[in-house]
Amino acid sequence: MKRRADPLGWLLRLWVGLTYAVLFAPIAVVVLFSFNRPRGRFNLVWQAFTLENWRDPFGDAALSQAFLTSLAIALGAALIATLLGGCMALALARRQLRGGDWISLLLVLPLTTPEVVLATALLSLFAAQGLARGPLTLLLAHSLFCLSYAALVLKARLEGFDWTLEAAALDLGASPLQAFRRVTLPLLAPGLLAASLLSFSLSFDDYVVSLFTAGSTVTLPLHIAGAFQREISPRIHVLSSLVLLTSVALLAASSRWAAATEARTDGGIPNPPT
Amino acid sequence: MNASPVSPRPEARRSRTALGWPLLAPGLGWLLLLFVLPLAGLLPLSLSLPVDRFGLAVRFAWHGANYTTVLRDHGEVLLRSCGYALAATLLALALAFPLAWLIRFRGGRWKPLLLGLVVLPFFTSYLVRTIAWSTLLADRGPVLAVLHRLPGLGELRLLNTGWAVIGGLAYNALPFLVLPLVVSLERIEPALLEAAADLHAGPLERLRRVVLPLALPGVISGGLLSLIPAIGDLVNARFLGGPNDRMIGNVVESLMLVQMQLPRAAALALLLMLLLAAPSLLLLQRHGRDGALLP
Repeated sequence: MKRRADPLGWLLRLWVGLTYAVLFAPIAVVVLFSFNRPRGRFNLVWQAFTLENWRDPFGDAALSQAFLTSLAIALGAALIATLLGGCMALALARRQLRGGDWISLLLVLPLTTPEVVLATALLSLFAAQGLARGPLTLLLAHSLFCLSYAALVLKARLEGFDWTLEAAALDLGASPLQAFRRVTLPLLAPGLLAASLLSFSLSFDDYVVSLFTAGSTVTLPLHIAGAFQREISPRIHVLSSLVLLTSVALLAASSRWAAATEARTDGGIPNPPT
Repeated sequence: MNASPVSPRPEARRSRTALGWPLLAPGLGWLLLLFVLPLAGLLPLSLSLPVDRFGLAVRFAWHGANYTTVLRDHGEVLLRSCGYALAATLLALALAFPLAWLIRFRGGRWKPLLLGLVVLPFFTSYLVRTIAWSTLLADRGPVLAVLHRLPGLGELRLLNTGWAVIGGLAYNALPFLVLPLVVSLERIEPALLEAAADLHAGPLERLRRVVLPLALPGVISGGLLSLIPAIGDLVNARFLGGPNDRMIGNVVESLMLVQMQLPRAAALALLLMLLLAAPSLLLLQRHGRDGALLP
C-alpha cells in the first residue's frame, strides 16, 4: 500500500470507528445505567447519577436467588461437560479408534442445531418420560450443549499434544495411571480450565434452552426476561457489569496461566492451529 | 497434525486403545440420550395428536396434517425468519468486512487488542445486551436523536420494527464474521495488492479481482455462522420487534409453552431443521470436525 493521503483510507477508518461504537454501545449502556437512579420501576431512561445501586448489588432477594441458581447450574454443567468431554477428547485425540470421525461429527451437530429446536426436542423428551421440569432437567439440558463445546476445545488442544512425553514416563517405569496423573494431566490443565470456563459462561448465559426446560426454576436470564414486563431493576445492570468485569479478569488470568504453563513445558501443548 | 515422531511402545499403545471405548462411553451415552434420542423423537411427535388441550401428553396417529397446518398458519413467519436472517448477515458483513480489513492490513502491533475488543462485548449476557439495545433504539433514545438531526429523514421509528430485529441479529453475528474474515484475509500478501496496483488496477478492481476471491472462504463460513443461529433466534424478535415481527423461534416457543401444541411445534422445528440442512452441511463440509465452529 502506498503511503499517501487517500480518502478511501479515511472512509475506512471512519466506518470501522463507527463499527466499534456499535459494538460497545450496549455495553456502555449497561455500565452507565448501573449508576442511574430510575424514576419508577424501569431502568430504561437516564435520570440522575447515583452510587446507590452498587452499595448492595444482592439486595433484591429474587434476583439474588436467580443469580445463585444460575451459578449452581453453571458449575454443575461445567463439571459434567469438562469431565465427560475431557474423557471423549482423550479417547478421540489418540486417533486409533474406528468410527472416531463419526463421533466427532456427532459432537459438532448440537452446535449447528438451532437452540430452539434443541430446546423443543429436550422438553418433548422430558415430557414423554414424565420427568418434571426443574433443576435436574435444567442441568441435563445445559450439560448437553456444554459437552460439545468442552469436548471440541479439549480435542483441539490435544491435536498437537506430544504423546512421547507420556510414553517416556511409561518407559521410565511409571504405571499408566501415574503417567496420566503426573505428566498428561498437568499438561492438559490449561485446556481443562478453558473448557470449563467456556461451559460455565455458556450455561450461565443460556436463555432459550432454560426457558423450555426450567419449569418453575428461575435462572438469572429467566428472571431478567420475566421481570422485563413489570420491572427492570438497576441491580440487573450492576450484576451484569460485575459479570463482565469478572469474566474479563478470569480470561486474562487464565490466558496468562496458559502461557506460563506452555513456557514451562517448553511448548508441550502448542496452540491449536488456527 | 503433529504426529509423534517416536511411536510409543506396543504395550503402551494397546493399553490406550483398550482405554478408548470406556473413556468414550459416558460422553457418548450422554449425547445419544440427550441429543440423538430427543431429536429423532421429534419425527413421531410431529405426526401425533395432543390427548387433550391442556397437557403435554400426545398419542401417535400418523397425523401428517400437522405439517400442512403449520405451513398454512406460520409459512409467512418461516419466510420472514429467512429474510431477517439474510438481511442481518448482509448488514453484519458490511460492518465486519472493513473491520477485518483494517485489523489485517493496518492493525500492526495493535492487532491482538483490536481483535480482543471485537469479542469483549459478548462477555455480557445476551439478554442484557439486547435490553440495552432497546434503550438505545427507543423512540426518545440516543440513536433516533442523532438520526433525526440528519436532513431528509422524517419521523422514524426503530424499536418494535423489523429493522431493530435485523440490527440486533446483525450485532450478535459480528464476532462470528470478523474472526473467520481476518483469518482468510491473513492469506492475502500485501505484495499481491501492490502488484495489482502496479498493473494499474484501481481500488475497486483490486477488491473485486484480488481480495474477494481470496477472502471468499472467510465470507462463506462467517456468513453461515451468522445465518444459522439467526434463523432460529427468538430473543431479538421478542425484545426488539413488534407483534408483526415474530420469528420461527417465537412461534415454536408459543406452541410449546403457551398453546401446548407439542406435535405442531415439533413439525415446525423439523421444517426449520430442513431449511437449515443445506447451509449446515456446507458448513460441516468446510470445517470438518476441527472445532472451527467454536466461538
